[in-house]
Amino acid sequence: MDITALSVSQIVSKIKTKELKAKDVVLTYLTNIDRLDSEIKAYLNVFHDYALKRAEEIDNNPNKKGLLLGVPVAVKDNISVKDFELTAGSKILKGYIAPFDATVIEKIKEEGAIIIGKTNLDEFAMGSSTENSAFFKTKNPVNTEYVPGGSSGGSAAAVKANETLIALGSDTGGSVRQPASFCGVVGLKPTYGRVSRYGLVAFGSSLDVIGPIGKSVEDVAITLSVISGFDLRDSTTAKVPVLNFETYLTGDIKGKKVGLIKEIQNFKIQPEVEEAFRKSLEIFEKNGAEIVEISMPHLKYALSVYYIVAPSEASANLARYDGVRYGFEGNADNLRDFYEDTRTKGFGSEVKRRILIGTFALSEGYYDQYYLKASKVRRIIFEEFKRAFEICDVILTPTSPTTAFRFGEKATPLEMYLSDVFTIPVNLAYLPAISVPFGVDSKGLPIGIQMIGKWFKEEELLNTAYVLQEEAKHV
Amino acid sequence: MFKPTIGLEIHIQLATKSKMFCSCSTEFGDPPNTHVCPVCLGLPGALPVINKEAIRYGVKLAHALNMKINLKSTFYRKNYFYPDLPKGYQITQYSLPLGFDGFLEIPMEGKIKKIRIERGHIEEDSGKSIHIGDITESEYSFIDFNRSGVPLMEIVTQPDFESGDEAYEFLTLLRSIVRYLGVSSGDMEKGALRCDVNVSVSKDENKGTKVEIKNLNSFRSVKRAIDFEVERQIKAIESGERIIRETRHFDEKEGTTKPMRVKEELNDYRYFPEPDLPPLELSEEFVLEVKNEIPELPNKKAVRYIETLGLQEDYARTIAYNKKYADYFEDIVNKVGHPKEVANFFLVNILGFLNKKGKDVDELTFGSNEFKELFSYLDSGLISTNIAKSVIEESIEKGISVKEIVESKGLVQITDENVIKEIVVKVLKNNPTPVSQYLSGKKQVFGFLVGQIMKELRGKGKPELVNKILNEELLKLEKGDEP
Repeated sequence: MDITALSVSQIVSKIKTKELKAKDVVLTYLTNIDRLDSEIKAYLNVFHDYALKRAEEIDNNPNKKGLLLGVPVAVKDNISVKDFELTAGSKILKGYIAPFDATVIEKIKEEGAIIIGKTNLDEFAMGSSTENSAFFKTKNPVNTEYVPGGSSGGSAAAVKANETLIALGSDTGGSVRQPASFCGVVGLKPTYGRVSRYGLVAFGSSLDVIGPIGKSVEDVAITLSVISGFDLRDSTTAKVPVLNFETYLTGDIKGKKVGLIKEIQNFKIQPEVEEAFRKSLEIFEKNGAEIVEISMPHLKYALSVYYIVAPSEASANLARYDGVRYGFEGNADNLRDFYEDTRTKGFGSEVKRRILIGTFALSEGYYDQYYLKASKVRRIIFEEFKRAFEICDVILTPTSPTTAFRFGEKATPLEMYLSDVFTIPVNLAYLPAISVPFGVDSKGLPIGIQMIGKWFKEEELLNTAYVLQEEAKHV
Repeated sequence: MFKPTIGLEIHIQLATKSKMFCSCSTEFGDPPNTHVCPVCLGLPGALPVINKEAIRYGVKLAHALNMKINLKSTFYRKNYFYPDLPKGYQITQYSLPLGFDGFLEIPMEGKIKKIRIERGHIEEDSGKSIHIGDITESEYSFIDFNRSGVPLMEIVTQPDFESGDEAYEFLTLLRSIVRYLGVSSGDMEKGALRCDVNVSVSKDENKGTKVEIKNLNSFRSVKRAIDFEVERQIKAIESGERIIRETRHFDEKEGTTKPMRVKEELNDYRYFPEPDLPPLELSEEFVLEVKNEIPELPNKKAVRYIETLGLQEDYARTIAYNKKYADYFEDIVNKVGHPKEVANFFLVNILGFLNKKGKDVDELTFGSNEFKELFSYLDSGLISTNIAKSVIEESIEKGISVKEIVESKGLVQITDENVIKEIVVKVLKNNPTPVSQYLSGKKQVFGFLVGQIMKELRGKGKPELVNKILNEELLKLEKGDEP
């Protein structure tokens, strides 16, 4: 039996019927990690002993319950797992052992998931290639000369390389969807407020969402059911019912209206990506959906808005890393110099750039011009989505304008930022969106299609994604 | 004439059981860093959750200070680096505070002075830095995060004060109000009430240059610091100096203000809306419900004591401003009446005695029953006010009843006119010289004769009767009648 070919529901049912041991599942994936990860470098920390121990506990427990029973889950290393190091890909947190579980970790543990390790990321989730990790670069399993995307590059690469079945990532401007697209896996960014952020190292608090990455829409749907829900510890979570999302994957989208953003033609898109995107629209039409054109004239400002809002929030969120209580400690003989030394040596250049941008945007005399203005434009973009969703059920875009790029290829930060031009507006509007692989380019690099759903309508979004996934099998 | 303009910024620790944004205890005085968790330590991934009880306390205080309540208020991040601020920002309110536009009326020299209150907002406290020696030379410092995240309400007044006395009066009333409401201990020595002062002086309508004073550890320090600073600024201006906008430190020993020795940097707090907390929305019902929980407040109480119970102003305020005093006083008066007498006995004798013994009103066993007995003796003239005072003290000290003391000591007054008359006649007979002096116009010896009579009566003669009978007998002698 090829264990890595099994889906989440297959694994769970086989473990429940004792057809399969959790230990064999874990061993299969650990073996893959041992075999491949010296090259891929998806993991910052592999929980060998812990994972095996958990698997044995599951195998020895006659009471076999849980939606993720025995399922190996890799966790992006900006999510707190009790008693394990939490680095957020940064030197400044090196050595910090988390004393508590994030809410999503509590939830997956409760459902029998086995956390197999912590995955690499751009430092503090700031980046689109995982090149900004303070520790090492992760390679794209499809072609190791290319980046896996980012910032959840480690999570996407681990799934693609069969080094885990499921991974958790975080998405502030596309950090789940873009690497999923680059690596050819499925990545979901839930509605803001659907999944608790408690225990997620904050980057842009009004944008950050934890989301699952998997090999299929089904696996992602099950994981979403587990990690969703109102959380007393996160005041921004919503009191909306948690559905069994997998049961909504009917493949029936007849009469659904798929939105095509008119302004998308103004963006520079790699021709092969554009072609795949057109083809995906045809597939929806073929399945009985109607393509409707929508207009979002302010979409072009999304990137600018994001690069004010996210760094502003980050500049405050990262202030706590001062070397006083935990993590990396600088050296100096007075307080001011101590802060300076700690943060100069502890943070990488992209993080420093964003802290500086954010600090500037919030400064007296600039606040109105930058932060406040950006917040207003964010509101306009939100309203444009709202109007769009009055006439359509789901909006389609390419996940990223290009397929994966080579290491070091993006010479300037701005070039790198453009990789997230279609994913960023979704975070600004708190919407759910998913990236599903749809074909490859001439170099064999995966192409991802993004579907954006209505607020808290993940079940519809996932069903739409499921249609594309099933059709993609024949492309 | 220079006119001082003074405003206060007061931080009041709200006495909730748990902290503002986490469930850690707010208990004061426990070993350092024992009431901490990921939230109040600012660990990565921790998020704040609003403590509803703190909001209830805040609304209550806002009501009591006549503020308007924002049904929708927002939290902001105030960014600055300091080791006792674990997140690198303080969660506070900014553009939409919980309460705004209030006032408090204070009695000043027989008149009422209205102090306007600009706003009252909710925020979290920082941890506490403990420096080894002087902050500028300290080799290392300790930080206690027990205080980190304790809820505060900051009250900002308009610059309506003109003297240290007014500020003192305001703070006294404010502290009394927070204690009545039960929203804070109001103890300045425990840091539950902290006050910063802004002072400027000017000869014209322009307000002058504002100077902030910190390190004020008592109401008296606030008053002294203001009075010193006003004088300092006037003298400086008169000698042609320019007042600079700065923060000064009050030196308690010298009674002076000095520029902060730690170099102050220009602070830009980069306030922006706290993305982790949605706006705080309150229902009108909730606000009304809280309003209805507010008891009669000390300022209203004092007025009632003066107007309906006839107490003198200082007595009324002393009792009303202290909830324990007022509870005790009202309990007695409700059951026994005699408000003026009770107030007098309480403030002069009972309190004096308690203070001497270092005891609190709570510990008092001398209650309405004792007062009832006491007044029955007093009303029937069986004991004098002076004796009543000593009876009170003895009763409190020994824990025995008024009746027991009065009876066992035979303290009951001699009111039998025949007994008194017998003694008066005897004394007059035995003291021919003073009597003749009196008759020849030297009226002062009257007192001497009273003394002699009281001596014979062992001090128990009812003074009014002794006086009356002595007068009558002397009058008879004047007229030549034989006694």
